[in-house]
Amino acid sequence: MADRQVEQIRDLISRHKRWDSIFAVIGLLSMLVGILTLLALFIQLFIDGMPRFHADFFTSFPSRRAEHAGILSAWVGTVLVMLVTAFAAVPLGVASAVYLEEYARKNWLTAIIEINVTNLAGVPSIVYGLLALGLFVYTFRLGQSILSAGLTLALLILPVVIVATREAIRAVPGSIREAAYALGATKWQTVRDHVLPYSTGGILTGVIIGLSRAIGETAPIITIGALTFIAFLPHSPFTPEFPFVSFQWLLDPFTVMPIQMFNWTSRPEEAFQHNAAAAGVILLLMTLAMNGIAIYLRSRIRSRLKW
Amino acid sequence: MPFTQPEPRFAGGNDDLARSTVSMNNDQPVLSRKAVQRLRERVIETALFLAALSSVLTTFAIAGVLIYESIPFFQHVSLKEFLTDTQWTPLFDNAHYGIMPLVAGTLVTTGVALLVAIPLGTIIAVYLSEFAPHKVREMVKPFLELLGAVPTVVFGYFALIFVTPLLQKILPNLPGFNMLSAGVVMGVMIVPYVSSVSEDAMHAVPMFIREGSYAMGATRFQTSVRVVVPSAFSGIAAAYILGISRAVGETMVVAIAAGMQPNFTLNPLEPAATITSYIVQVSLGDLPHGSVGYQTIFAAGLTLMLITLGFNIGGYILKKRVREVY
Repeated sequence: MADRQVEQIRDLISRHKRWDSIFAVIGLLSMLVGILTLLALFIQLFIDGMPRFHADFFTSFPSRRAEHAGILSAWVGTVLVMLVTAFAAVPLGVASAVYLEEYARKNWLTAIIEINVTNLAGVPSIVYGLLALGLFVYTFRLGQSILSAGLTLALLILPVVIVATREAIRAVPGSIREAAYALGATKWQTVRDHVLPYSTGGILTGVIIGLSRAIGETAPIITIGALTFIAFLPHSPFTPEFPFVSFQWLLDPFTVMPIQMFNWTSRPEEAFQHNAAAAGVILLLMTLAMNGIAIYLRSRIRSRLKW
Repeated sequence: MPFTQPEPRFAGGNDDLARSTVSMNNDQPVLSRKAVQRLRERVIETALFLAALSSVLTTFAIAGVLIYESIPFFQHVSLKEFLTDTQWTPLFDNAHYGIMPLVAGTLVTTGVALLVAIPLGTIIAVYLSEFAPHKVREMVKPFLELLGAVPTVVFGYFALIFVTPLLQKILPNLPGFNMLSAGVVMGVMIVPYVSSVSEDAMHAVPMFIREGSYAMGATRFQTSVRVVVPSAFSGIAAAYILGISRAVGETMVVAIAAGMQPNFTLNPLEPAATITSYIVQVSLGDLPHGSVGYQTIFAAGLTLMLITLGFNIGGYILKKRVREVY
């Protein structure tokens, strides 16, 4: 009698336990879907792009003939736009984060700013493009230029930079600040000489993640009206005469890597798909490299920093 | 390592200068140094505050630009026509201004994406949070992060060149442009967002709640599904809302793989335009300031923003209602 009950309970337990292993398998399979997609995407792009991987691809302008079309104007444009983005987003983002973490009093204004940063992160990227089209391109009359694009992407990644910087600043222990105050440092001196240096790694990680997002953004830049066929380079930032630097390039028309890729993808001729794939591989490698650096930095900071 | 200062330093606040005045003359400069320092602190604080305020200004600017640029459109087209007309052909001679075909396209692609992303994302989150050994977790998470970092235009190419032909093997009548393949790829794309946010939520469920469940004889699976998931529900809902916002606002995948023809249908096997891909399509052409095309993309953008806002408010209410306090 008792034996049979024990048998039954054992049965029940093993039946329930079976679900554990079934779910573990389902979980692994689900992750495999994600990872296999990533793999398939990479392999497909690589195979399709293969015929275009030669030095000329990087040094030629887009062309009507697929074999001769390259990404020169696209990668130059991407580098310049990223420069503007970084120059605008980093100071603004870090300053906002410092204010929110170190200075802000607990009041309704601070609460609004905080909620607002969270909400901005959820705004679709194409809406930033519309904002830029109405504001930068037409109201400020910056035109469809590198400057407009850079500022647009800067606004887009601002929440990423702010959130990352806040986390980095929050990780600096209070004792560091108290030590600085005890020696008579003012608030700003404490922030500048202690808090910010200690959080540089975390901030850098956030900036890299933000820029890696910006580098692949296509929609907002199409919306501000970037041209898809650019067979010239912007003005050089360096000039032979005094003062040796020129900012003329800021207002030049441009194209960027993702737009070039989109342009090639949407062409009916199949030869251009190879160009699109090759551009995609380069774009993907750039993004993955940036993310890899960020992940590495983060893990290093985590393992090294022990307060 | 000195950090690049975000704001120019106040000219009068040079430490060295202040220090040297003190050493030279002892009675008055002490006071002036303090005053200068106080002033400098105030200026810096104000500058930092203005920087923080810039994000609020961005929000106002978004709302302002979308509304301001849509006004001419709505003077021309009545709200009733906008919401009830079943055709969207603003650039044709016989112009119709019904947003519904675009909204339908957006909802169908979003729906398909969610059908992929929510089950996958939730299962991955439960697995990583409750089942996976530490090593697996550490190994898989970076890969998922990379999946979320792939540029959307690359996903678009992948949908068109790889996924659509694959689906055509199963559904031979599938056209080259269709919402199904765009939606599926979008779904895989947003899995990392859904899984990482819901995993964080499950991770935050205190251990004693699990221990209580185990003590009652529940298995790991029972504990996960009946205890951990309900306890973390508000966080998981937030993850779903994030996924929905991403899917609604996603542009390049649909622009490349779903075709850009407005098509009032709820059938994912057909090609259709979404709100976002319409904006891209118009932007690719010549777009003079103040033209009809120019006005329509802002009206479309406003609609997109309102839909996203609706989902976010819904999520917020849901979160408030079911919030668990430990």
